[in-house]
Amino acid sequence: MSVGKRFWESLPAPIREDDTVLIAVLLALVAAAYFAIGGLQAFLAGSTVVNAAAQTLQSILFLSAVYGMLALALNLHWGYTGLFNIGVAGFMAVGVYAMSILAGDPGGLPPGLGLPVPIAIVGGVIAAAIVGGIAALPALQLDADYFAIVTVGFSEMIRLTLQADTFSGTVTNPDASGYNVVNLLGFSFGTGGGRGINTPLNSPFNFLFEGPLSAVGETLISAGESIGVTAPVVESAAYTTFILLVMLTSYYLLVQRVGNSPFGRVLKAIREDELVAQSLGKDTRIFKIKVFMLGSAMMGLAGILWQGTRGFVNPNTFRPLITFYVFTALIVGGAGSNTGSVVGGAVFAGLLLEGPRRLAGLINAIAEATFGGLPSPNTSWAALTSFDPAAYLGYIVANIPNLKFVFLGVVLVYLMQNRSQGLLGYRKEIASSVDLSERPGKPGEPGAAAAPDGGSNSGGDGDE
Amino acid sequence: MGVTESFDGGRLRAYLREPSVVLLAVAAVYLLVDLVAKLAGVSAGIAGVKLLGGHVPVSNVVGFVFDGLLLGLIIGLAGVGLSMTYSILNFANFAHGDYITVGAFSGWAAAYVVSFFTLGIDATFGEIILLNAPSLVSVVQTPLAVVVGLVVSALFTIALVLGLDRVVYRPMRDKEGIALLIASIGVALALRYVIVFFWSTSTRGVTSTSSESLPSFSIQVVDGTYTFNLHEVTMVIAAVALMLGVHLLLQRTKLGKAMRAMSDNKPLAQITGIPTERVVRATWIIGGGLAGIAGFLIILERGVLSYNFGWRLLLFIFSGVILGGIGSVYGAIGGGIIIGVASRIALVWIPSGFPRVAAFGVMILVLLYRPSGLFGGVTTA
Repeated sequence: MSVGKRFWESLPAPIREDDTVLIAVLLALVAAAYFAIGGLQAFLAGSTVVNAAAQTLQSILFLSAVYGMLALALNLHWGYTGLFNIGVAGFMAVGVYAMSILAGDPGGLPPGLGLPVPIAIVGGVIAAAIVGGIAALPALQLDADYFAIVTVGFSEMIRLTLQADTFSGTVTNPDASGYNVVNLLGFSFGTGGGRGINTPLNSPFNFLFEGPLSAVGETLISAGESIGVTAPVVESAAYTTFILLVMLTSYYLLVQRVGNSPFGRVLKAIREDELVAQSLGKDTRIFKIKVFMLGSAMMGLAGILWQGTRGFVNPNTFRPLITFYVFTALIVGGAGSNTGSVVGGAVFAGLLLEGPRRLAGLINAIAEATFGGLPSPNTSWAALTSFDPAAYLGYIVANIPNLKFVFLGVVLVYLMQNRSQGLLGYRKEIASSVDLSERPGKPGEPGAAAAPDGGSNSGGDGDE
Repeated sequence: MGVTESFDGGRLRAYLREPSVVLLAVAAVYLLVDLVAKLAGVSAGIAGVKLLGGHVPVSNVVGFVFDGLLLGLIIGLAGVGLSMTYSILNFANFAHGDYITVGAFSGWAAAYVVSFFTLGIDATFGEIILLNAPSLVSVVQTPLAVVVGLVVSALFTIALVLGLDRVVYRPMRDKEGIALLIASIGVALALRYVIVFFWSTSTRGVTSTSSESLPSFSIQVVDGTYTFNLHEVTMVIAAVALMLGVHLLLQRTKLGKAMRAMSDNKPLAQITGIPTERVVRATWIIGGGLAGIAGFLIILERGVLSYNFGWRLLLFIFSGVILGGIGSVYGAIGGGIIIGVASRIALVWIPSGFPRVAAFGVMILVLLYRPSGLFGGVTTA
């Protein structure tokens, strides 16, 4: 793709060479765009501009950050080790549900174990790691596409088990006929079944706004209100800031560290040629299981910090679709590249996931403001036979939530055909610990001077 | 692994030295004994702890087996196409489930249009084409609609599949399986939501189920009855006939020979002068046609149509294909039937929320114990 490459070359050098700057610039661009769109929409609808813009801004940054985190975890599996895991949703579900059960009220419906939330979070992460270890066992002997089928089947098994009435714990009377509380080693609990389960982390940054630290929260809220931002938005924004600055950054640093460690070099060797890695005396099975457990734990934690913070969750949240979202984010950014994972998370959330919806909202708002709204035909046939371009547009705009998936599918096919390495996949990976490409006198090829990135599909280009 | 192996005593002894195989065998024997005990209505246990047995009516189990066979035929019929494209084009096509959905929607829209004219329904054409008019079609009242629906579902799906191959897969022939797999997920998403764009997400009943339009029959089993209707019979006959047709095609024609050659060894097939692109096209035609017809028949049997039923069936189909062995057409049929029956029979032991879990579990077990599938396809590892 020469267009993409030319675009890349035309960027200022600091952006190309420093990944942190690149990510920051990209996030700032997405944020600015959404700030503007949110503000414009509110302006057209006649509500408070600043508050709406801030709300849009924080929600898009939050989505970018969680998709970035999940893409980083998947990158560890797929980008580094070549394990094509499409069961991300299952590991998220295990993390969220384990945490919710551990922290749930023992007298609640379904009953939980009543542990403190921090311990429950650790428990959820450990549970996700253990389930990841079990899921990795078939990986030891399967080809990539069979492994893909097994992982998606595994995640569906998890979801269906959580959904089943048998373990739901909704009938707590032991004498009732539908008694379905799970009793394991003296503990009673339930999954909530199809009704879902309450998550203990309702609004995770409450401690800033009540209790001993409330002074901090009050300062933030009054600062927000002075520019027209309401308290709930300030509270969400505090959490988004934490996810973005602390969690996404530590995920990035962790994956980067793992990738550059001797452990990570073995992972890349497995990806390139497992037989060679085995010939060099590495027990690749152990490495695969370990990395799978680590990645699953990260997915579990990301799930907890995302779906586990809404007060309530049900099994339908963890359909395979969410897995496809995550790997689309990774593919957009470039499998194997950590910077790419984060960039992919932002581009995916900003353009593919939220973009169409925002666009539809904007079109509607403009139509409302200018000529009193678009006609909205009930069915495609009514739209088709109306022979009215406004009705066509109205039907399309009303169906944007569905057409979004068509757009997503077309983007996936396009990327696979033309740019399977993603946005940042073509940068060279330097396998040695010092950057050999910066030797004086050697004419630098394009991209060779890029900072050592976590990896790329063309891995193994550097000297070992 | 594709070599036929004689199951001699030495191999059996070698198998029995593997602890995991012994464990699996013990589990299988236990379930079998337990099933027999449950049917006989006896229980056995040690020191008051029930080990096996209980009571399950024979008619229930017979019902499970027949329901499983119906489901299995559906999975098998849809799996033939998936297995063929898997072995010849070398990728797991995640869009196959949505090919089935497309076949169902196109076929049922056609069937509705036909019954609109033959029955003289009082509805607008928009309601008919969008399948919003309630439950019209049955084999007895509108046989022509069913036949037209079958033909249209096959033709429309074939046209769509060939078009998709031209646009999506052909430019990617030289890419590896994972890239094609991801592209097929993109195709699956796009297809499903194009259907939603036109037909919306609502679930609708399409077959007429009143007793005069859909006769049902009961057969006496030991302690109860098993009831089935004419649509189920139609589905079974059509599915078996199509499977027989595929068998004859692959065994008796030159095309079948070329296909089998290509799935065995592609370079060798090319060297011997087999026009591989033409074989690929033929594969899509057969696979797509079967997927479309399967979609139509599934809805004929189930009576309700929703936009995501093909996608929900896809993992079942994958399970059947993997169980039977990729690339083996008979494996796909046999594997589908085994998965179908196993997922229903499992209801003897597990609660009603879990048949899908059981089917996926069987698939994972097969991949662990016998990656080449029961009927010996190409290898998976």
